[in-house]
Amino acid sequence: MPRQVEGSRAVAEAVALCRPEVICAYPISPQTHIVENLSQLVKSGELSPCELVNVESEFAAMSVAIGASATGARAYTATASQGLLYMTEALYNASGLGLPIVMTLANRAIGAPINIWNDHSDSMSQRDCGWIQLFAETNQEALDLHIQAFRLAEELSTPVMVCMDGFILTHAVERVDVPAQEQVDAFLPSFQPRQVLDPDEPISIGAMVGPEAFMEVKYLAHAKQMQALQLIPEIAADFKDEFGRDSGGLIRCYRTEDAETIVVALGSVLGTIKDTVDELCEQGVKIGVLGISSFRPFPLEVVREALGQCQRVVVLEKALAVGIGGIVAANVRMALAGIQLHGYTVIAGLGGRPITKDSLHGLFTDAIADRLEPLTFLDMDWDVVNRELERMGSSRASGPHAENILRDVGPVAAGPV
Amino acid sequence: MRGLTDIPVPMFQVRIHGRGGQGVVTAAEMLSLAAFDEGRAAQAFPSFGSERMGAPVVSFCRIDDREIRVREPVMEPDALIVVDPTLLHQVDVFGGCKPDGFILINTAKSFDDLGLGEFVKDFRHERLLTVPASDLAREHTGRAVANAALLGGFAALSGLISLESVASAIRERFTGVIAEGNVAAARAAHAWVADEMRELTGAASG
Repeated sequence: MPRQVEGSRAVAEAVALCRPEVICAYPISPQTHIVENLSQLVKSGELSPCELVNVESEFAAMSVAIGASATGARAYTATASQGLLYMTEALYNASGLGLPIVMTLANRAIGAPINIWNDHSDSMSQRDCGWIQLFAETNQEALDLHIQAFRLAEELSTPVMVCMDGFILTHAVERVDVPAQEQVDAFLPSFQPRQVLDPDEPISIGAMVGPEAFMEVKYLAHAKQMQALQLIPEIAADFKDEFGRDSGGLIRCYRTEDAETIVVALGSVLGTIKDTVDELCEQGVKIGVLGISSFRPFPLEVVREALGQCQRVVVLEKALAVGIGGIVAANVRMALAGIQLHGYTVIAGLGGRPITKDSLHGLFTDAIADRLEPLTFLDMDWDVVNRELERMGSSRASGPHAENILRDVGPVAAGPV
Repeated sequence: MRGLTDIPVPMFQVRIHGRGGQGVVTAAEMLSLAAFDEGRAAQAFPSFGSERMGAPVVSFCRIDDREIRVREPVMEPDALIVVDPTLLHQVDVFGGCKPDGFILINTAKSFDDLGLGEFVKDFRHERLLTVPASDLAREHTGRAVANAALLGGFAALSGLISLESVASAIRERFTGVIAEGNVAAARAAHAWVADEMRELTGAASG
């Protein structure tokens, strides 16, 4: 039945419906509400049997999830930002060992400078850690993706990260349809592990592998993600049969037929982009949107099909690869190898800067006129940047960037935006 | 929005200003619940940040007849609710406000007393009201947390949602004496605002 609830609550209920047996997490904004809600469901007995393990760090959280999963338990955790970085070593272990852990990542910027707001720097920093990465556009999709993620992870024996925009989705109260337990049970079979640590039938997991077999073992993680390219659309189709909703899949096209310009993005900003694109389409502009739901595996082939006929592609992304620019854009360009078109990378919304329809209107208008720089920073205050660059040029002891710039910008109380 | 004629009108956007601890985020959530109960699409969200007791906080609520996809903050609100009038000269509370917008401020003073007379001279005066919501909340709940009372007042001022939907939203969010006290405060604020509006219309026609 549709309800009006906070995104974090919706995700917690979805996770509980998947009957995890071990939940371990360390609190960090904006992920905290999800695990708080789950701990209440465990305490009240609504989620049972389930052991909720309080750990002392994110490194411990992922390590407990690894141990639990290796004993055949369905394991779940959640984190964000620096928390994800702190568990990095264990992330690689989870994927290298082929343990089907599901984790929510409430996307948040990475410091320094310290910042608790939303962007995709955390996800993108771990894009190559061997985890599948699915991105949610709405709270309904975040909820749905968790149910799909357990099935995907367990069918492949590989871990899955469900990425949802911190605050923008986790703290938004909106309509979601939380399915019934029977429906989820019908869709998600019980966990049949490929490998189990069992004292009655002892085996070891995690052998040291030398040059003679390391490449082969590593390759298997890639082989599973290539299988996921088939499996993700199948699971989304099954999900639609069971729950009646389009959620997940590899990509989502919006008004892309006959579009001369296509905007590519991930996550909740797709909503604002679609509203802007609708207004431009009404003025006769041929513009569409490609949402990438599965960033890992990256669906090269379907992205190429979706974009190959248009004249220009604008990739708008909430992360910056310092030293080159776009991360999503680099992947999109790989999909378009050999195809001639105008390609623009737009870095937007870093550290929680709002991405507004007004700014997008201007951006898309400039793109259509091919007036954009190949690498554009949306709503960047260049005066502020240039002042600091001048300071650096004029004095060796110019001091810390963040403090200098904050002095230039002046005190900002919580105003309208 | 479903008006009297059932003709769809554009999305309605509300911005709520207050301080950490005054229920600003909960107010937006309850407003969205009230709208949801009336069969509308609603989206409530806080200004994102490390909010803490006493720090300026902003929350937002969008209401529409269609699915709400946009995720930007509300920069041009159709209605503004100010939970804490001490913010008026500290934060750009009125940023993006339109002359045909609704403004409801939690205070026993008038717009002129607050030094806002000049600022709102081109606004539609029947859409500007103050209500002593903290006093009403203290009377009915024993605490000066004015969020629920303000929603009652807002229902009367805007006609956007019914008082009954506000009451049921309060009861969804809270239980027992806290819920009932806040429902009583919302009713009192609704009656206060309705009275003020009758006086204003009376003054205009008389």
